[in-house]
Amino acid sequence: MSDSSSPSNKHHHAHHFDSAEHEFDASKFGIWVFLCTEILMFGGLFVGYIFYSGKYPEIFEAGSQFLDWKLGAINTAVLLLSSFTIAISIRNIQMKQKKAAMRNMIITLVCGLVFMGIKYKEYTHKFHQGIYPGKYFNYQPHGAEHSSKDANSHGESKGEHGKVEHMDSLPENIALYFSFYFVMTGIHGTHVIIGMGLILWCLIRTRNDEFGPEYYTPLEGAALFWHLVDLVWIYLFPLLYLI
Amino acid sequence: MSAHHVLPMKTYTTVFITLLFLTAFTVAVAQVDFGMFNAFIAMAVASVKAALVGMYFMHLKYDDKINTACLLSGFFFLIVMFAFIAVDAGSRAVEMSTL
Repeated sequence: MSDSSSPSNKHHHAHHFDSAEHEFDASKFGIWVFLCTEILMFGGLFVGYIFYSGKYPEIFEAGSQFLDWKLGAINTAVLLLSSFTIAISIRNIQMKQKKAAMRNMIITLVCGLVFMGIKYKEYTHKFHQGIYPGKYFNYQPHGAEHSSKDANSHGESKGEHGKVEHMDSLPENIALYFSFYFVMTGIHGTHVIIGMGLILWCLIRTRNDEFGPEYYTPLEGAALFWHLVDLVWIYLFPLLYLI
Repeated sequence: MSAHHVLPMKTYTTVFITLLFLTAFTVAVAQVDFGMFNAFIAMAVASVKAALVGMYFMHLKYDDKINTACLLSGFFFLIVMFAFIAVDAGSRAVEMSTL
């Protein structure tokens, strides 16, 4: 490496690594260890969800009626697209296509915003109905805005499953379902926001010419994190919305 | 070196389209009631999707295998946790909730 020909912001691998390649692999393995702990954290929630849904199937059946699978499916597609574009942005960096890389990172960020926008819509709609986690659960089906899209989309046979009867037939302790719903989607949403922050940071560093085919370790790590967030949603979507 | 292997664009596009197709598939299948197999089918499709994301988007297929081992160790210990909880749940005396 000739220092004279390289830009001032060129990355040099730390002295305790044999080579840049060595540093890249070690950093990536570190990210994977972190992702493993993330899987264990979300996994605990998944195991809890499966345990309680096996114990009280009627609560989980009734609770999932409040979710609109269409919004969940759109969010799944949006996150898959964002995973695709961030993977492509790494390929762009590897091929010195700075502009395309930045464009793909921006698409990823926009997808993250769309995802959080839809989540915001879902959350506020539930809050409006008095659906809060745990002891704050106070479902008011007779509230002003009670012609809910969420509840109606599943009650095709509105005649026999009128909203009032629907409320009456709700199992006791249905708040259990929404505790899981809010904690799982809430922690996932927090990860989306953190991931967007990391990608924004990578976008700025790309603009500053800090990344190239020889060095893009932070982008690789941020992308791996983003893919993990996508992976978690891949399991959350069928679990919460479909089953 | 494998770490900086550049995948062809076609690979990413094919994987992405397959993922979208599987999402549509899992939604379509969920409209049909297969009884106790509903959850099993949904989780199986999700696992195929997860494997595609891991292998191609996260480059596990082309990486040092230690990264795959790291990921799978997480799943392994989850299965251990799940197994112990299943044994616990299955061997409990019947209890009536006082709530």
